[in-house]
This record gives sequence, C-alpha cells and structure tokens, in this order.
Amino acid sequence: MAEKMKFCRDVNENPCNMCMPMGGIIALKGIAGSMVILHGSQGCSTYMRRHIAEHFNEPIDVGSSSLNEKGTIYGGEKNLEQALDNVRKVYQPQMIGILTTCLAETIGEDVDRFAGEYQRKNGLEDFPLVTAPTPGYGLSHDEGYWFTARRILTCLTKPADGHNKVNIIVPNISPADIREIKRILELTGIEYTLFPDISDALDRPFERPYTKVTGKGTLVDEIKAMSGAVATLQMGVTVEDAFSPGQYLQDTFGVPLYNVPLPIGLTNMDRFMTALQEITGKSVPDSLLQERGRLLDGMIDSHKYNFQGRGIIFGDPELVYALTTACLENGVHPVVAATGSRSERLAKLLNLSLPDGSEPLQILTETDFDRIRQWSEEGGANVAIGHSGGRYLEEQAGIPLIRIGFPILDRVGGQRILSVGYGGTMQFLDRVTNTLLEHKHKSYRKKMYEQFYCAAN
Amino acid sequence: MLESRQEFIATKGKQKKQIKCDADSIAGCVSQRACVYSGARVVLNPVTDAVHLVHGPIGCASYTWDIRGSLSSGSELYRNSFCTDLKEQDVIFGGGKKLASAIDELAAKYHPPVVFVYSTCIVGVIGDDLEAICRAAAIRHGIEVLPVQSSGFIGNKAAGYRAACDTLLRLIEPAQPVWAKKPGSINYLGDFNLAGEAWIIEQYLREIGIDINVVITGDSTYEKLKTAPEASLNIMQCAGSMNYLASKMEEIYGIPYIRISFLGMEDTAASLRQIAAGLGDETAAKKAEQLISREIANTQPLIDRYREKFAGKKAAIYVGGGFKAISLIKQFREIGIEVVMVGTQNGRQEEYDTINDLVDDGTIILDDANPAELERFMLDKGAHLLVGGVKERPLAYKLGIAFIDHNHDRKHPLSGYAGAVNFAQEVNSTLCSPVWDTIRKGGHSEWLKK
Repeated sequence: MAEKMKFCRDVNENPCNMCMPMGGIIALKGIAGSMVILHGSQGCSTYMRRHIAEHFNEPIDVGSSSLNEKGTIYGGEKNLEQALDNVRKVYQPQMIGILTTCLAETIGEDVDRFAGEYQRKNGLEDFPLVTAPTPGYGLSHDEGYWFTARRILTCLTKPADGHNKVNIIVPNISPADIREIKRILELTGIEYTLFPDISDALDRPFERPYTKVTGKGTLVDEIKAMSGAVATLQMGVTVEDAFSPGQYLQDTFGVPLYNVPLPIGLTNMDRFMTALQEITGKSVPDSLLQERGRLLDGMIDSHKYNFQGRGIIFGDPELVYALTTACLENGVHPVVAATGSRSERLAKLLNLSLPDGSEPLQILTETDFDRIRQWSEEGGANVAIGHSGGRYLEEQAGIPLIRIGFPILDRVGGQRILSVGYGGTMQFLDRVTNTLLEHKHKSYRKKMYEQFYCAAN
Repeated sequence: MLESRQEFIATKGKQKKQIKCDADSIAGCVSQRACVYSGARVVLNPVTDAVHLVHGPIGCASYTWDIRGSLSSGSELYRNSFCTDLKEQDVIFGGGKKLASAIDELAAKYHPPVVFVYSTCIVGVIGDDLEAICRAAAIRHGIEVLPVQSSGFIGNKAAGYRAACDTLLRLIEPAQPVWAKKPGSINYLGDFNLAGEAWIIEQYLREIGIDINVVITGDSTYEKLKTAPEASLNIMQCAGSMNYLASKMEEIYGIPYIRISFLGMEDTAASLRQIAAGLGDETAAKKAEQLISREIANTQPLIDRYREKFAGKKAAIYVGGGFKAISLIKQFREIGIEVVMVGTQNGRQEEYDTINDLVDDGTIILDDANPAELERFMLDKGAHLLVGGVKERPLAYKLGIAFIDHNHDRKHPLSGYAGAVNFAQEVNSTLCSPVWDTIRKGGHSEWLKK
C-alpha cells in the first residue's frame, strides 16, 4: 500500500451501502398488492421512501409503527397492531410485509409472535403476512434484499404439485432489466415465475385513476407454488446460502437450484441461456442468436477503446461481479471492485475470474467511498461504474461516472437503465466506451500540447 | 380517511377549528415525517469546517450524506458523511470505544476545529455515554467535540431542531462572559444557504450598510459561530428550527430577536425595513427604501406577466415547517395563485393560527398528512400544483399535478427578489409545460380501449 493512503479503521467515510430494511422494502415491493410496515421509529421509513422514490420516480408508501419513547421502553406491540389496522384500512393490501429496524431489534421485539397473534385475533390466518428481522446494524441492504426474499418464501411457499414453470430469482435490478429478462424468457418459450418482480410496481405507466397499490408483481399464489417448479434459476452467485431463496427451495422442497451470475456480459449471458437450455431442453431462438452476433460484432468494434479503460466498479455484490467480469472480457481493466456489503463470495469469485498475468485488482468489501477513491487514484482509474454515491469520485478525483445500480439519485431514469441480456450488455458496453472516448476527446489536445509542444518550445 | 386523523384536519370556515399538531405520528398512517436525528443533522450540517460524525448504524449516515444543498465559501468537510457504522457486536458490548477511536482517527486525518457527534436510535437504547466520551476526546485533541442528543425515538423532527440548538448553544458559549456588543451587528438565524440564499441576503444587507456577524448555520464556520454572542440583534427566518435558539440567546446574552422572511417580494421588503428599524438605523432605512424600489422596478413587471398567465390556478402546499408554509401562501398570492390546501409535517399551533388567518374559506389545513390524504384533498380541491419534498413529487406527477421542489436539495435560490423570480419561473416551468396538454389530448384511456 502506498504511504500516502490514509484509512480510518473505526470510521466509515461516505457509505457505499445502505441498511437491511432498505433491501427488504424493495423485495416486498415486488409482490403483487403488497404493503410494507417498518417496525421502528418514524424516520427510517421516511428516509428509505425518499431514496426509493427518487430512484424510481414513483410514489413509495411504506408504513411505520412510529415507535416513540414509550413504545421503546414498554414494547411496541400496540403500535404495530395499530399500524397493521391502519395500513389494511387505507391500502387494502393483498399481502403485508413487516420489517424490523435497529430500534425494534435492540429492544428485542418478538415480531413473529405479534404477527401470529394479530392474525388469530382478526381471523386473518390465511392472510399472507411476512415478517423479516432486518436490523440496520445487521448487514447491508443487499443481504436485506436477499434475506427478505427468502423470508417471503419461508412464510408463504407451501408444498405444491409439480408444474412446468421455472423459478427465476433476480437480485435488485432495474425494472427495465427485469422486463428484458421476461422478454428473453418469452422468446425462448419458457413458463416461469419471476421473483421478486418490481418491474411494474416500481415503474408504473401513467394511468387514471391512480391506485395506491398495484396488483402487479409476483402473485402470492405463484409464490405459494414455487415449491412445485421444475427448477430454480437464481442470479445470485454471491449470495450466502443462509440468505439464498433458491437454496431454501432446494433444501426444503427439492427444487434443483441453478445459480448463475447476473446476465451482463457475453459469458454471463451465455451461462444464463445454457442453464435455461439444461433445465427446459429448449434451444436458443434465432432472434436471440442474432442479438448475440450483434454483441460480438460490437465488442470487436470497440475493443481498442475499451483496452484503455481502467475501471472502478462498486455497488451490490451481484452487480459488481457481473460488471467486473463483463469489463474483463472486453479488455477494460478493473482497478477496483468494491462493495459496502460483507460478501466473502464476491472476493473469491473475482479472484478466480482474473486471467493469468493480469494487473492486480483491488477487491474491497465492507468498504466506503474514501477507500474506493484512494485505491482508484493509486491505480490510475479513468472510469467509474456504479450508483450515485460515485458522484463523489467524479467530484473529488475527476473520474467520470457511469450510473448503474441502486440508488440513482442525481439523474432521472434509474428505473430505465438496461444492462442485461445480449442487447443490454451492448448498451452497457457502449456507455463505457463512449465515456472513455468523451474523456479522451476532452483532454487529448491539451495533453499533447503540454507534452510535446511545450517541451519543444 | 381514518377516524384517528380527523382532529388533525380542518376546513377554513366561519367556525374556527383548532387543529391538533405537534403530536406523535399515528402508527401505520404513512407519515411523511423524518426523525429527530434528521432534524438535528439538517440544522447543523451547513457548518462547513466541522466533522459530522454519526454514531450509529450505516443507514443513518447513508441517507443523509451531503443531504443539503447548502453552499460553502470555504471548507467542504461538511459534505462528507462519517459514521461509526455500529454492528451487532457494538450493540451488545457498547459502541463507546469505537466512537472514541473514530474521533481520534478523524481528528488526526482532518484536523477539524469541531466534531459533532450525532446520537441515533440504538445509541439511545444501549446507553453509550456520549457526554463523557466527547469530553475526553475534546481534552485529548484540544478541539471541541460536541454530542448531539438526537436519538430517533425521543420525538419528531422538531425535537431534533432543539437538540441541534442545544449543541449550538454550547458551541457559542464564550470562555469569558461577553459584555461588549458589536454595534449594528446582527446574526442571521435559520438560513441554511441553500443554493446560496444566505449570500443573497448578505448582499442586500451590505448594500444598506448592515453587516451580518454570522449566519446560523448557512456557510458558517466554527470561528464565525464563536462570535455569535457579540451581535446586537438576531434576525430569524426559519422559526421552526431556530425559535428555541433565538429565545435562549436573548435570555443568556441579551440579544433581542425579530422574525423576518426573505421568501417573496412582500416579505423581503417588510423584512429589510424591520431590520433597519430594529437597529434604529435611519441611514439603513433610507438605503433599504432605495434597494426595495430598485428591485421592485426590476422584478414586478416580470411577476405581473406571470400573474396573468397563472390566473385561475390553484395550489396545494405540503412542506416541513409552518414558516415555510406561511411564506409560500404569500408567495402564491403574489403570483396570483389561490391556495386550496396547506399542510406541514411539524407546524406549531401559532403557525397554524397564522395560516388559518391567511387562507380563504374552504381551504383544507392539515398536520402530519399522509399520501392518501394528500391525494384525496388535492383531487377534491382541484389543485393544479403541489409544493413539497422529494417523496411527494412522484405522487403529484402520478395524479397529473404540477410540482414545485421545496426541498433541502434544490439547486436554485428562492430568497429575495432573485428568489421571487426563480419561484415564478419554476411555477411556470411545471404549471405551463406542454406535457399536461399532451396528456389531456393523448387520452391514454381511449388508447387502452382501442
């Protein structure tokens, strides 16, 4: 490590991640007709709503049990009961998810018991009520997302007769990405249950009249029957087994799990298609082969420009893995791959992906933007790829940022960023290449002038 | 609508109804309110050369990183979000040691004159002794390390304003009692220099011969804040956050305060006159008149053109504090727009009384509203425009209603005469956008039937 770098051990300087309930909310928003209640103080739900609303440009309603001092001392059961009553009255949801926060967990609230009693008291034994312990001090929003998704299955999925659908389990990706995955599945002629599906609820068409809760997303009935699927195809190679929804289905109901990377990059997308073929025996349709061919063609067109790229990739582990490997296959050298999450699997997988003799890649887990910036400057990075937190790199270190992932707070259209599939990969790659070109065009005249003209005169 | 929410809502009419406010949010009502910590953070964050350290879990720091569009003329240190990132182990065994070490590391790395240590929900429960840890750290480093008692569950955002003011009071306390006042010197309380708003007012006051001692807290520094007790007058804009500080400073340092507002032309002119009168400065009063007539001559014709354009339009207001709501009602009046709904997250009784006096009969007034209520009243009242924060924006758009951003993060100033023009322009850009015509003519529901 260079001497000039200064890291604090006990301080996170400019967070690269958010807290567990944030991920939980997103997962729950992917269930049709759902509402979410955070058991904790009022501010948590407001902050998370603000972030999610800004990213998706959608109204985001999340209830809170609004714990005050009294509730904190004597327990929050009354508050939670009132919250459930009020949310049911105003939103008439078809499903409710209760997520805990730091406060509820620290004072030791037994939410499972509350929920069970509430169901019994109100004759709601069959009403889908999901609870997930998600203390903010626990892990990051990424684990919050996966763990809540797993809890949804634990609470709702029942043994079911075998059917011919494939479970497709996705990480927190954009609605545009989800719609692209569905298009690919439909082109291939595969019946599926995509879970959790935020593509409609968090990217709604303009319609009148406005409805508070959309009926769109993964249906509770579909979730109940995920146990009877042919197989689960989960884009979750970085997910620990304890948080993995696909692992749960395999362990509990014997649904075979195919864990593949997020299909960004040719190799990753090929792995997705291969797994689909293995599961269903269906061949890749011609139109997708055409898209694949166009991607190859585009990769060749851009390869020289890409080879000058030195990237910093940061964000959720699953996305970081897919983007880093996509960069590697295109000659963009990743200097830093970073996540605020713990993710030991990410580090292991990335080390395995590095070709022999390649320059070192600094892998940072549980990290912050101060570390990312220092390592990026050390490694001479010239392009940053990740969520809005990276604007700090742009401002402080002059490294241009390609926005992808969650959250995008300083640009519109976070919900429309498309990067999966052969076509999505091409779009992603073009964004990288064009950013490098733009950067070069802005600086090369001055650089040449200084390097050669000034030296000669 | 929920029964339990009725007493928080009133319709302006002949029979005046006192609405309930400043109460805890009702569970499950999807309140738009934030927490104590956020209240404290937004007040203190504009202190530019301070280290702002969140003692708590990562989320609290993540959601408030560089939260305010406060501008700085110097240090940019305040734009970082530092956090002790408490984990399960810390919750079990206490986070005190980690906090002490965090302060040590930050002091060594950034050499700040002051560190603000914000308490969060869990710190309030696990009982880390913030006072003692901060005191010891202050002695170790020879700088001020000040705790901010902002555990999220002890109240709402207003409790956070108070916690921030308590910390400010500690900061400004001089080592020796101050008797000598700088004559004609004023502190400007409750401007956070969003998009340079405090600079606009500083310029006006300089023109009429009045120097601002320190703005609390927009573009302030540790050194500048230290001089606060020397001023002879406090002027206060955002009363919601600063009322407590102003009255305490009057009590402790004998500095009288007046309420002013630089939002809108009417308030700006009235405020300039009030300040000159408050200081008993006749030259300033004369110069203020010159400034006012010059600026009105520049601004009024533009505003008048917009007035014509906006005739017949109706606005809804849902903002954080009562002061902001009151200013907005007046600003809308200046540009000829009728207000049909006014609500705040944390307004106080006296502010609701003023609101009630200002608005026309039939206007809905509501405290701590939720999205369902906003939706219902905006549609019932036929509002064409909503003013609010980030969370309310997509709701307005989904309802086909224009929207004005009145949040911390705005990039254009709304203060003074420049702000009055910006406000009218923003109203114009959203209310008169062709997109609404396209949507009406487009008749999406007919397309869906095709």
